[in-house]
Amino acid sequence: MIDSKYFIKGFVSIKGVGSPAIALGASFIAIGALLKNLGFSIQESIFSTFLTYALPGSLVMAESMFIGASLINIFVAVWLVNARLYPMTVALMPLLMHEDQPKWKYYLSCHFIAVSSWLIMKEKYKKIERENRLDFWIGIGTATWSVAIVSTVIGYIASDFLNKDILIGLAIINPVYFICMMLGAMETAQISCSIILGTILGPTFYFISPEWCILYGGFVAGTIAYFYGEKNAK
Amino acid sequence: MQNSILIIILITSLATYLSRFLGVVSSEKIKDTSKMFRWFNCLAYSTLAALIARMIIFPSGALSEIDYIIRFVVVILSISLFYLSKKNLVYPTIFSAIMLSFLSSYL
Repeated sequence: MIDSKYFIKGFVSIKGVGSPAIALGASFIAIGALLKNLGFSIQESIFSTFLTYALPGSLVMAESMFIGASLINIFVAVWLVNARLYPMTVALMPLLMHEDQPKWKYYLSCHFIAVSSWLIMKEKYKKIERENRLDFWIGIGTATWSVAIVSTVIGYIASDFLNKDILIGLAIINPVYFICMMLGAMETAQISCSIILGTILGPTFYFISPEWCILYGGFVAGTIAYFYGEKNAK
Repeated sequence: MQNSILIIILITSLATYLSRFLGVVSSEKIKDTSKMFRWFNCLAYSTLAALIARMIIFPSGALSEIDYIIRFVVVILSISLFYLSKKNLVYPTIFSAIMLSFLSSYL
């Protein structure tokens, strides 16, 4: 069903110096503490990371609850902030497609798509033969997902010891880690252009619409970068 | 809080899984050698960059209590450390957390 050799290979690939475990862990420790302050039980906190596993979505959920937003508002707000997962999935899954693999594995393992696991897979997939990529991916996903769940528990339990300054320190780890990983991913002109334009246009569109700025900015930046890259490649 | 926590968790996870699910549906028709795939690749990286830039420039939660100049300085120093350490990911992330905690408690 799942080739354990490649599953384990993927699972252990998150160890080491370039590991996302530290950044991922730090972010979910902060989430654990936040959920406790919101009145979640420990089971509910685990359940939340278990089922959602997307950091900005959990932050938006917490904020919306704080202001007492309606269920529909929560749904829309979370969907908007996590809609980036759609292009991310389309930019990853075709690389893992193989006729020998059953469909359910794709629909189940897409739950593991989050920034850290996605960036690791994008970096490593070339070294894995196509028919084994899905099992390798499930290994990476299970590992990062487990780190997130364990860290949520740690954050929940440790929340009394985490003062405001520590929480602020934990909050910067995630964006700094993502920036560094993206700088490392800038291999082609097309991708570099996407990243640079996205960085500029995302916040620019904030002045037009704070809710839609990530999608508008990302769409415009990515499309310009695509045409720029295609033109240069010819 | 009128809504039960359990229902809010389910709504949040549903809203999140929706994008992943639709992504797999679309992926079945897209070859990784196609132009469509390259376009989506650009969109994925640019959307990610937009999200991260927003997290730093217009943060929500704990980071918003820090002055934006301090946030910028910490981010720029961390990026410099990333290149100085030959693209090590652990040093800049740990450095950024310690630096910001320190600045937040003394400024």
